[in-house]
Amino acid sequence: MPRTPKLPAPPLPGPLKEPPPRPGEANGAGLGEDLKQAGISVVDWVDERTSLTGPARWLMFRKVPKGTNWFYTLGSATLFAFLSQAVTGVFLAMYYRPDASGGAYESIRFVTNDVFLGQFVRGMHKWGSSVMVVLVFLHMGRVFFFGAYKYPRELNWVIGVTLLILTMIMSFTGYLLPFDQRAYWATVVGVNINGTGPLLGPYLSDFLRGGSEFGATTLSRFYAIHMLLIPGLIIALIGAHLYLVTKLGTTAPPWQKAKEAPELREAEV
Amino acid sequence: MPDRRSKQKSKYTLDRGIPGAFEGETVTRRRFMVVGANTAGFIAAASFTIPALGLGLGPVFKSKPVRWETVGTVDQFTPDNYVPTILTLEPNIGEAGKTTVYVRKFNPTIDTDRYDRAVKFIAISDRCAHLGCPVRWVDASERFICPCHGGVYDLLGRPVGGPPVRPLDRFYTRVRGNEVQLGPRYSVNSELRPFSPRDPAEPLDGVGQYLYPSRPGAQKLSGPPGTQQ
Repeated sequence: MPRTPKLPAPPLPGPLKEPPPRPGEANGAGLGEDLKQAGISVVDWVDERTSLTGPARWLMFRKVPKGTNWFYTLGSATLFAFLSQAVTGVFLAMYYRPDASGGAYESIRFVTNDVFLGQFVRGMHKWGSSVMVVLVFLHMGRVFFFGAYKYPRELNWVIGVTLLILTMIMSFTGYLLPFDQRAYWATVVGVNINGTGPLLGPYLSDFLRGGSEFGATTLSRFYAIHMLLIPGLIIALIGAHLYLVTKLGTTAPPWQKAKEAPELREAEV
Repeated sequence: MPDRRSKQKSKYTLDRGIPGAFEGETVTRRRFMVVGANTAGFIAAASFTIPALGLGLGPVFKSKPVRWETVGTVDQFTPDNYVPTILTLEPNIGEAGKTTVYVRKFNPTIDTDRYDRAVKFIAISDRCAHLGCPVRWVDASERFICPCHGGVYDLLGRPVGGPPVRPLDRFYTRVRGNEVQLGPRYSVNSELRPFSPRDPAEPLDGVGQYLYPSRPGAQKLSGPPGTQQ
């Protein structure tokens, strides 16, 4: 049955109409209405020049299947863990000095002990890294057990696994930066584990160290990988991940049965 | 499919009726501009990407000059026990660039393998051949013991327990006047045959020496230990 088009409402009878504005008063409104109009006109101004409201609606107002539950928030939780790492990391970088002859340890000690809120923000970054790894795995488990990696979402699974590997590289390179005994020896062991790959392994460990021994540029190399190279890749891949989520939609939980639509059923002969 | 296309189109623009075509022209101006613009883009991108990659990868291929460092005097060491000495592997980064090397005099009764006959001093690295933690010499049990994963080595640095895949590395030694000097590192296989320095966890017996090749970036000396006098 075709839906009837919505007709305009009939005009209100005289007594119910709003009175016209008094002379000298602004158009019917007051301050609130003015601000609302200003907001609308700003959005209109931007939209006329960018046409961004369409994509914004496409991104935000999506249909979600019945049965969507709290497990579906693990991806957003991972995203927020990453954003927290990014923001705290940027401000920690204002105090950090990648100097292997003692400056790195000293700068971390300074942030932790002397800077206002330094211990708190560094703690958020330090503990947040573990939180992010845990959330990545929980999110991966949700996708696996709900079968959400299946057609047509295989590419999103591949991007997700790449993001997991990049997160691991972030953990590995970030672990060296405090440059205490634990950081140093954990990195020595980690680099040597990289070296156990046949044929290319030895070159990979030389690349990571910037030479055949742990040297003057190893720390700054790890720092650059940790705060420039990998975050850029992670941001780009998160963009692709979210694009595919929006494009393909979320999956219904596996226990949710599709309701049979009678009009789609083939005519029984 | 390709047959039909080749029948439809001649390679000469004149035959294909393209406006402005002339005798013998095969590449259209549009095609020429597309290829030209793309090539220019690739050259521009490569001109900053390749030098930047070279900057990152350069240290892998740059060999280091050989350094000799004095770690003690001749009469400071005995043939029966190790003396820990401090060697600087990487100058200018303080403690992080130093390592411990266990040194003793050559002892003909225990150093019976055929590779280090000419050596006057044996210098054994404290870098565990499992994953690179620092081993320490335990005098009472005459063993090198690693704190990380329980690697154990005998007096000659050969593994006798735990996960290590080869004996402890050694350093070239030489005597200058009254001083004992240490040079570059070298690795050994289970018969104590010298190889150019390898990272820990890389076995050197059998196929291991080919799976984990010598790297151009390491400090190296040629010739058997003891001949660098």
